[in-house]
Parts: sequence; structure tokens; C-alpha cells
Amino acid sequence: MESFEYLAPRTLAEAFAALGNGKRSLMLAGGTDVIVQLRENRRSCDQLIDLKHIPELMAVDIRADGGLDIGAAVPLAELYGNRDIARRWPGLVDAASIIGGRAIQSRASFGGNLCNASPAADSSPSLMAHGAVLTIASAGGTRTVPVDEFFAGPGRSVLQPGEVLLRVSIPPQPARSAVFYHRFIPRNEMDIAVASAGVRLVLDESGDRIASARVALGAVAATPIMVPAAAEAVVGQAPVADTFAKAGEAASAAAQPITDMRGSAAQRKHLVSVLTVRAFEHALQRIREGR
Amino acid sequence: MARRTYVATTINGMPTEFLCEPRQSVLEVLRDELGLTGAKEGCNNGNCGACAVLLNGQVVNSCCVLGVELEGADVTTIEGIADGENLHPLQQAFLEEAALQCGICTPGFIVSAKALLDSNPHPDEHTVRFWLAGNLCRCTGYDKIVRAVLKAADASGAPVP
Repeated sequence: MESFEYLAPRTLAEAFAALGNGKRSLMLAGGTDVIVQLRENRRSCDQLIDLKHIPELMAVDIRADGGLDIGAAVPLAELYGNRDIARRWPGLVDAASIIGGRAIQSRASFGGNLCNASPAADSSPSLMAHGAVLTIASAGGTRTVPVDEFFAGPGRSVLQPGEVLLRVSIPPQPARSAVFYHRFIPRNEMDIAVASAGVRLVLDESGDRIASARVALGAVAATPIMVPAAAEAVVGQAPVADTFAKAGEAASAAAQPITDMRGSAAQRKHLVSVLTVRAFEHALQRIREGR
Repeated sequence: MARRTYVATTINGMPTEFLCEPRQSVLEVLRDELGLTGAKEGCNNGNCGACAVLLNGQVVNSCCVLGVELEGADVTTIEGIADGENLHPLQQAFLEEAALQCGICTPGFIVSAKALLDSNPHPDEHTVRFWLAGNLCRCTGYDKIVRAVLKAADASGAPVP
């Protein structure tokens, strides 16, 4: 590993001052990606800026309006270890509890997982299904970006030099809704998604029709993708197998996967259809069980 | 070479000071600077869990944390698990169940399992297997390890909920 300096700013202002000092910077949250990338010379920097001492990045706030603000460096285990969060946002736990093993989850964060910008990242489809909004801060102020619009390509996001991802905000979720996220991997745990799907299902007041839906896929394009056609295919329909199958077909049609060591393009096209259908079934079950 | 940084921390209950370069991992600091060689280097990229330690009570892979991040932290390594000459129930159960062969993964398994039992004294088998998914063993086939952790939980005397 090449040498670098380590900075641990205590405030955002200190972080921005460091970011503006002309040196090549990388951010350190949990470090489970960036430390390995530095060691393997896949990334390099003059200074590594540890964000974990900045209170805003470590804060969790269950908002009075029913939303949830998650500081960008909050460890995954702290999220699902919070009983209120685990009970109210099971679709977040679906992702947080399968990113690496337990030792990774003590450090790794949603913010870090997003900024690493892997097309196969587990957090992305779940957060996209929730309609999450990201707050990005710089010396000049803050801006918000829907998580759907955050990714620019494999390993690339819309974050500009001098900007820091501050927090991930989950807006209040609709009544009679649930999110479910899952992935396909060839072993039971500790693997990278071959393909993945996160959905949010919203039923109407009668409970017999689908009011709206969000469908997000991972590992089947250069970035995680939303599939509006899969959502449109189910709106107004009854939440039954035939309906979900239509969403699965739309998901498969929207996928533009590559063939690599984890799976073939054809396998991934098939997988996202199955994963989308099953994610809808599980989301429906969550609504029915009042979770 | 970047300037070495002074770090004050607590390791296995002992106030400990060291100097390290920012690029040195906790694993390198433990093994190369402090002579604590119980934590093992397996993959050095966060996959195998052989280097697991407790950091402020949370299990982490010490290859994926920098030594400079230990300022003010409380660390427990495999060397700090036993109570003097008395083995921890996990260590005793690993011996009784023959839950190791080559032994390289064993410190990581015991540290990780301790974190589990500290937070959940009576896990079921599924919970044990899920928790230990980040610890790889190429010898035992895992069954003996899982049995040992369940036995240690039974032997701990912790109240069953």
C-alpha cells in the first residue's frame, strides 16, 4: 500500500477545509472497500479523510413525519440492531444484514456502499425501492439527489470533487405499503449479487388493487436501475401471481446484463424476472402481516 | 513514508500506546508492532475473518481497519479472551468438540462467536451459522465449530429467555 496521510476532522467545516487543500483525497467511512482498494493499488490518494468523527455522518434520526435520516457513515449493524428501525423498515434490514458478514457490518455503511457505486451493491435497489433521497454537502452548501439518479457508471457517482455524501433519507412510506429486497448468489451468505431486485408494493384502500409500485434491479446494468415499466404493469391490477409475472417480464426486458465470472447475461435476465416476482410476493406478505 | 502517528488505545484491558503509519492496518499493528500474533492474516481483504477482533465490543476484521483509527478505542483480541489461566467457555468447547484442525481460522471464530454470545447468549443453530458466515474454515466443514459454539452457549450459565 502506498503512503497517505490520515485526517480525522471533527466537523464538516474541517472536512471541507481539508478537501480544499489541493491534495488528492479519498473518504473513509467503514473502510471495508476503500482500505482494501488502497492496499491492492486499485485506488490511491495523498490523504484519507475519516468521516466517522463528524456527528452529522454518524446520526440516526427517526423523524416525527415518519421518515428516517441515516448519517452516511452509520454502520449497518447499528441500523438493524435498532429495534424500531428493524421493525419499521424491514426492507432496509434485507440489504443491511447481507452486505458482507457480521464483521463487515460493524463498519460498513449505506453511504459507503452507495459511494463505492458497485452495480451489484445490495443497498442500492433497497434504497431505490424506498424512494430514498441523498443529501450531498460541500463548502458551498447542500444539494439533494434521489438515489435513483446518484449512479454514473461502475464505481462512479454524481459526487463531485469537494463534495461529501452527508445522509440517506427515507421519506415517509405510503400506507398499505412494504419494501422487500433480495438477491441471487450461488452460496448461502457472503457473496456478491449475481442479480438482485428491490420492490415497493402499495395497495389501495380496499387492499384488493395495487395503487403504485417501485421496482429496482441490481447487477444487470452498468448501474442499479429503476424499471418504471415493471411498476406500470401492475398498477390498478389485483396483487396476484399473474400480475406479478407481468412485472417480472418487464424487469427481464429492461435488464441489460453482461456475462462475467458471476453469471451469464441470459441467466441474469432470467433471474431478475424470478427475483422481481418473488420480491412482490414477499412485499405483499409483509403488508398482509402488518409489517 | 508518511510520518508515524501516535495512537493511545486500550488492548485487552491494558492501556497501550504505539506509533504507526496511516497505511498500517490494525492487523499489522497488532502483529508487527505489538507482538500480538493471535489474530491471523488470511485473505487480507475482509472475506475470511481470521483476523477478527472486538473493537468497542463489535466484531471487525482487523485487516479492514487502520491502526490510526484505534485512537481512544477499546480492543479485545484472542489473547484477551481467556480469564488468566482459565479458558473462556468457547475455547473449552472448541477443544472438547475438536472444532479445529489446522487452527488458522480458530482465533477469528472464537472472537466472532464471543461477540455473538455477548449479544445473544442462547442463539439457535441458524443464528450461529448466519453470524459466522464471515469466518471461513477449510478444514472442519463447520459442523464441529457450530456444535462448539452451541455447547459454549449452554455452558455459559446465562439465563435462557
